[in-house]
Amino acid sequence: MTFQSVVLKAARARCFSSHLQLARATSSCRCSLSTSASDDLATRHAVAPLHAPVTALTEDESMIRDVARQWANDGLRPVVRKMDREGSLDPDILSSLFAQGFMGMEIPPEHGGSGLSFTSACLVVEEISRVDPSVAILVDIHNTLTNNAIRFWGSESLRNTWLPRLATDTVSSFCLSEAESGSDAFALKTTAIPTSSSEYVLNGTKLWISNAAQAGVFLVFANANPAAGYKGITAFMVDAKTEGISVGPPESKLGLRASSTCPITFDDVKVTTDDILGQVGMGYKYCINILNEGRIGIACQQIGIAKGCLDIVMPYLKERQQFGRAIADFQGVQFQVAMAATELHAAEVMTYNACRLKEANLPFVKEASMAKLYSSKVSEKVASLTIELLGGIGFTQDLLAEKFYRDCKVGSIYEGTSNMQLQTIAKLLFADFK
Amino acid sequence: MKILVGIKRVVDYAVKVRVSKGTVDLANVKQSMNPFCEIAVEEAVRLKESKNASEVVALSIGPKQCTETIRTALAMGCDRGIHIQTDLRTDYMDLQPFAIAQLFQKIVEKEKSDLVLLGKQGIDSDCGQTGPMLAGMMGWPQVTFAAKVEVKDGGLLVERETDSGTETIQVKSLPAVVTCDLRLNEPRYATLPNIMKAKKKPVETLKAEEMGVDLVPHNQVLEILEPPPRKEGIMVENVDSLIDKLRNEAQVI
Repeated sequence: MTFQSVVLKAARARCFSSHLQLARATSSCRCSLSTSASDDLATRHAVAPLHAPVTALTEDESMIRDVARQWANDGLRPVVRKMDREGSLDPDILSSLFAQGFMGMEIPPEHGGSGLSFTSACLVVEEISRVDPSVAILVDIHNTLTNNAIRFWGSESLRNTWLPRLATDTVSSFCLSEAESGSDAFALKTTAIPTSSSEYVLNGTKLWISNAAQAGVFLVFANANPAAGYKGITAFMVDAKTEGISVGPPESKLGLRASSTCPITFDDVKVTTDDILGQVGMGYKYCINILNEGRIGIACQQIGIAKGCLDIVMPYLKERQQFGRAIADFQGVQFQVAMAATELHAAEVMTYNACRLKEANLPFVKEASMAKLYSSKVSEKVASLTIELLGGIGFTQDLLAEKFYRDCKVGSIYEGTSNMQLQTIAKLLFADFK
Repeated sequence: MKILVGIKRVVDYAVKVRVSKGTVDLANVKQSMNPFCEIAVEEAVRLKESKNASEVVALSIGPKQCTETIRTALAMGCDRGIHIQTDLRTDYMDLQPFAIAQLFQKIVEKEKSDLVLLGKQGIDSDCGQTGPMLAGMMGWPQVTFAAKVEVKDGGLLVERETDSGTETIQVKSLPAVVTCDLRLNEPRYATLPNIMKAKKKPVETLKAEEMGVDLVPHNQVLEILEPPPRKEGIMVENVDSLIDKLRNEAQVI
């Protein structure tokens, strides 16, 4: 057999198998090409790869993204500047988030939630972030951290008590950080000392707690056996109305100003064994697991910021005239936005792939860290470039570019700093070469 | 009362359409529910919520992707969907209102609908003919461009906005056809739980070619052109010269 005929045969086989794949794909996937596709489109179809592209959305995903986009543009956009200026969340926005089902995205319908996939939930975070990252962070933390922790490890009674409320009217906070424990999370000093066979008493102060001003429930990490070190860390679901809890005033921050970030003091707060999430002493494990996937949500927030920036700057480049033509006509400008779009695409592919890996139950921790690390760098770069290309107007509060520039900065800090992501990536990378 | 609501899949209102090869290019263009049809769905769902309607059925005619449009209607609160599938274009190029109205007639007769709610027009072809044609074929009363719909004494009280003021029309008894105008209501967003629940609602699929209706267009589209590019404006010195130009050059005042 000549070389040529082998190639030909292989090409035919590939065409045939991809036709089969297509027949299956069109029945389950959203097909964006019109059915009356021209010949060249049909040819493109025939050599379509065996796997769907990571950025191609299912029908569910695209419908959900569209709804989130519409809500963010119509319902949220008009109050973004006001909320940033006042440094507080509009209560109507919060009730709308619950009414739309954005607060119980992965909670199953039997517990009053929307029953969405992880990827769909991440797409909602991205779309909201594209308009206001400070509202996106509330949605992200509530859904990807607390709701999921309870879904994964909560007892039946905890799930029955809290999931319906978390989906419909109760904001939650994830209480881990303390004055002395940031990146070194498990050096936390808050204690949960057993006082009887069924009761614990919490003491300590948590810092930088997102959503704390609105929260009706706290997921608190405290050490139930300090002598055992991190293996004493235990997670408790604590009703915000419990006696002994005081929420301090919100921090005045560089960005995400509409999202509250407060200290919380626990002073002899009584909780019961029923409030324990999962098992005593397993808190550190739950924490690692939930943050591993939670940071994909942060990566989505960062991508949303970068897209929000392009939404502002791209039309401007075509409108703004200098030296007798649109500034979009200058190659210098074209190359800058082309590079930004390339990096954004890379971040998007990394992030969506991390979503898909997680949903496929494949290892995703390294990829999630990479996605978060890279997306937070890209968002900062795109936001900065956006302001430069907008010129003077970009530096003012007339446009949202300066807000995106402030809002993105925390992306390289929270849910694991960039250095901590690098540490995770390096650790897993060396493990691959053991 | 059983309501049949028509939902048309059209090029999204926010998309700038491109003309290519003598027609509007539909390849890779975002398409969504005709905004006036959204208003019809919202009105139908409200009539159900106020216990005036027992069932709301959404009907869409068009390609496979109409299932998404139907799912949106189901997520907004319709009970079930009917999809008359066809690869013929529904933007007047292939299927025209006369054929569409006949397809509707078949479904109305089968479903024994008491009220048909439609958008006043599709934003693609802007005909506004399907409603009136359907009413004519059925021999039913019709009200077009409804701005308010109220159920009264087994019939309807419908307001329409005209150039000279609000006109109120009493439909003494059902069945009837009503087409919906922009200010009738503000359609709700589909919530996430409802989008997921909508997947479980039944959708019946039929083939347009098997409905016993002559689908051949009666009118021929000769040409489709892009709107001419807007001429650059001019700056006027002051109000007086503006008035002078409006009066003498443009001759509009």
